[in-house]
Amino acid sequence: MDLLKDEYIIKATEVRKSFKTVQAVKGVSMAVPAGKFVALLGPNGAGKTTMVEMIEGIQKPDSGDISIAGRRWKDNEDELRRIIGISLQETRFIDKLRVTETLLLFASFFGLGKQRVEEIIELTGLQEKRKSYVVNLSGGQRQRLALGLALINKPAVLLLDEPTTGLDPNARHEIWDILKTLRSAGNTSMILTTHYMEEAETLCDHIIIMDNGVILKEGSTEQLLEDESGEKTVEFTLDNMLIPGDLNRPEVPFRIIREASGEKARVMIKDIDTEIPLFLSYIKERGLQIKHMECRRRTLDDLFISLTGRRINE
Amino acid sequence: MNSIFRPYQLLHLTRALALELLREPGVLFWGIVFPVLMALGLGFAFTKKPVTVRKVAVIESVARADSSVTTRPFHNWLEMNSIREEKKAPDDYSWKAEFKDNQLGDYIFLFYRMQWDEAMVMLKRGTVSLIVDDSEGKTEYHFDPLSSEAHLTYMKLAAFTGNDSVTVNQSAAQASVRPMTVPGTRYIDFLLPGLITMGVMMSCMWGISYGIIEKRSKKLLRRMVATPMKKSHFLIALITVRIVMNFIEAIILILFAMLVFDVKIQGNIFSLLAVYFAGNVAFSGIAVFVSSHTSNTEVGNGLINVVVMPMMVLSGIFFSYQNFPGWSLPVIRNLPLTMMTDGVRSIFNEGAGFTEVTIPAIILFATGAAFFAAGLKIFRWY
Repeated sequence: MDLLKDEYIIKATEVRKSFKTVQAVKGVSMAVPAGKFVALLGPNGAGKTTMVEMIEGIQKPDSGDISIAGRRWKDNEDELRRIIGISLQETRFIDKLRVTETLLLFASFFGLGKQRVEEIIELTGLQEKRKSYVVNLSGGQRQRLALGLALINKPAVLLLDEPTTGLDPNARHEIWDILKTLRSAGNTSMILTTHYMEEAETLCDHIIIMDNGVILKEGSTEQLLEDESGEKTVEFTLDNMLIPGDLNRPEVPFRIIREASGEKARVMIKDIDTEIPLFLSYIKERGLQIKHMECRRRTLDDLFISLTGRRINE
Repeated sequence: MNSIFRPYQLLHLTRALALELLREPGVLFWGIVFPVLMALGLGFAFTKKPVTVRKVAVIESVARADSSVTTRPFHNWLEMNSIREEKKAPDDYSWKAEFKDNQLGDYIFLFYRMQWDEAMVMLKRGTVSLIVDDSEGKTEYHFDPLSSEAHLTYMKLAAFTGNDSVTVNQSAAQASVRPMTVPGTRYIDFLLPGLITMGVMMSCMWGISYGIIEKRSKKLLRRMVATPMKKSHFLIALITVRIVMNFIEAIILILFAMLVFDVKIQGNIFSLLAVYFAGNVAFSGIAVFVSSHTSNTEVGNGLINVVVMPMMVLSGIFFSYQNFPGWSLPVIRNLPLTMMTDGVRSIFNEGAGFTEVTIPAIILFATGAAFFAAGLKIFRWY
């Protein structure tokens, strides 16, 4: 296969998609280098699923161009189906089918058999559950099965839509471990949608932050957190009171972003030496008293807040 | 790689869907036990022999000028064959005679003792239909020859008394009785083909439609077509599993009816297979069409009922559709369920074969194929 020769295995250019009342994707361009893992990070309703389903060939873009390994969905459907593996959000499989039977069914779609099923059971750690009915699996086990089904054809391109949403941290780490193994093998390119920053940071080489159908920013974790704006984050709480809503005034040089609960706020500061004293005197002027304050490394969450004024999981 | 037919996929799809079906405990009950129970219940309820009760007035001795008569043949017969039922007052009693008849049903005669005048009143009122008078030493039957009920009562009674010396004022026609209880004319014979075809309709409509709608609503269809699975193969597997299941159910039901009710397939068994298979195809096609779009199980319920309910009522499953108004019959006869039921019924009961059912079978098959193709065209996989 010459699939991996091209530098970018997935290319999307100016992709748009609207539903009756919403513009879900408003002109998104992205490219996934072969062998790399890319995260589509954003809150619910950002357009991640629509975008990834268009790449999966499940939805048709209104306009724009998508190609995988140089092939477009039109006329190449069967061929593309063979090289991609997908996991949809919240798929439920046949309840009364055993794990091995479910895997064998999907293996048969690719002309594969029991041997591949065994490999997947091994890979996903479902050995003890191989005879269980799908309906009796835990959420994490079910998600591992979904991942196993996505991997059954040794896909060159893996597209996972929120593979760990709703899972407890343990189950999430089990999924991550499988994906890390895959990443180090280097034969797979992946797009993963998530609204967990940690997931994007841990698993992916490249992160695309989406909100409201557009890409806000993209790059590696380091690139994203490298503050070209020079902004640093100071987090503070007030003594015995919530943070007032009118703290952010145009006349102050720094931005104060209050959490919805009002318990905490962040100050985006460019220069610690001059702006911290300014901030402190501003707080004093307002007759408030700071209880706790810390200056810390920027996270993707901070980045998202500085881009949108909202937290990603709010 | 792009072949139209992928037997390996089809095999595994069929296997998976069959396992899904067989692991559902309800399948066994609703598919097999329930139709058998229905055949059993309705079969017995409507083939139970009737008990007929007839009331007869018997003339007691009237004071006549000539009272020398001492032999009373009918009273003697009553004494020998009936039970005296005492009333409260002394010397007040009636007679009851019961005749068991396994072929035509039991007959109970109630004989009331009364005077001639009273008997006439009773006859006019219709309380009794027959008056027996043996006070002259010979048995005389009096009844209205225009009343068929009276006629029947008389003939029955005359037959039971069986007394050659009985003379009547109406001539008795002697003939041997051949009750029509031979296989093919009883209610169970009418019912069984209906149960078989209704089973096919229900099983296809609910099984296939629901199977599709449920898998669509849980996004399984979407996940499966995101593989190189042939879309048509999924539907073919679903239909194959259903039809095989229907065959098994029908065979069990027929064997049961053969053993318990002595039902016989009088016509050509291969023509039965043909029309049965064609009916399965018809309802499978309709089921795919009905479930081609919705992912909402409640909407699905409604759509299935729209198809199933009218045919349940109109197609002559439990009772003949001949009682519906004449103008509606051409429509009713062309409903798929009617067509299939009439075909199956004629093979079972009238000894029909390919000559009679080939055309209905072709129409059923074509109906199924047309609905399947139309359904596949508008089918929503996502």
